[in-house]
Amino acid sequence: MAVPKRKTSKSKRDKRRTHDKISGPELVECPECGEAKLPHHACLECGDYKGQNVLDKEED
Amino acid sequence: MRHRKAGVKLGRNSSHRKAMFRNMVTSLFKYNRIRTTDAKAKELRGWADRIVTLAKRGDLHARRQALSIIREQAVVHRLFDEATDRFGGIEGGYTRIVKLGRRPGDAAPMSMIELVAGDKTRTPKPSKAKTAEAPKAPAVTPAAPEAADAAPEASDDSVDAAAAETTAVPGPEAADDTTKSAAPEASAAPEAEEAPAPEPTGEEAPETETKTEEK
Ligand SMILES: [Zn+2]
Repeated sequence: MAVPKRKTSKSKRDKRRTHDKISGPELVECPECGEAKLPHHACLECGDYKGQNVLDKEED
Repeated sequence: MRHRKAGVKLGRNSSHRKAMFRNMVTSLFKYNRIRTTDAKAKELRGWADRIVTLAKRGDLHARRQALSIIREQAVVHRLFDEATDRFGGIEGGYTRIVKLGRRPGDAAPMSMIELVAGDKTRTPKPSKAKTAEAPKAPAVTPAAPEAADAAPEASDDSVDAAAAETTAVPGPEAADDTTKSAAPEASAAPEAEEAPAPEPTGEEAPETETKTEEK
């Protein structure tokens, strides 16, 4: 049976993990209020999506 | 293979699923706009379109078919009355889905589904009018009343918190002499909380202080 000859060193292990990283969510600027929002989603700040107030948000 | 197997299971058996979508389609026509998960919203479109088609047909048999799905009679009768006005000019696709992001708790993608021809009382028209008018006039004037409204609430909260803490302070002192060092900190805390509240309105600051002294 194939068995590792050496324990994987910290360096080797950490180098292997250099590609294990997560990126943050893609964000776009809300055309209505300028707040960051998810693309293709309603803006949770002002409730706007494509010019319509889709949440029953207070108007400010 | 799932060839020709349309629809989603949503982790439910068929009776559970049917009962849920009957509830949801009833709510949709009752409130015109509901919030649910993406998957349920997408499946609900078909249910809503089917009901609207029945309502546009409008005969007695269609009404009975709709009543067999929607759980509230008043909702069906109102829909059948308004169907031609609201949906007469539209052929299919009577709903709109807008994604809202993920739900805290289980991170389920949520969306809002609404009838395209919303109720007259809740159409986007009034909100559009408000947003059109809002930037000019009310930007300056309502700010002061809102701040005034907000300040008393905050001060009330601080007063309540102060009263609660002042009542709480004698307890530890009576219980342990060693906790006297902690007592001054507790009495100092209300002062720190009062300070931010009066800042928006300097005139009301003395009133809040007198209230705390009375209590
Ligand atoms: Zn926005």
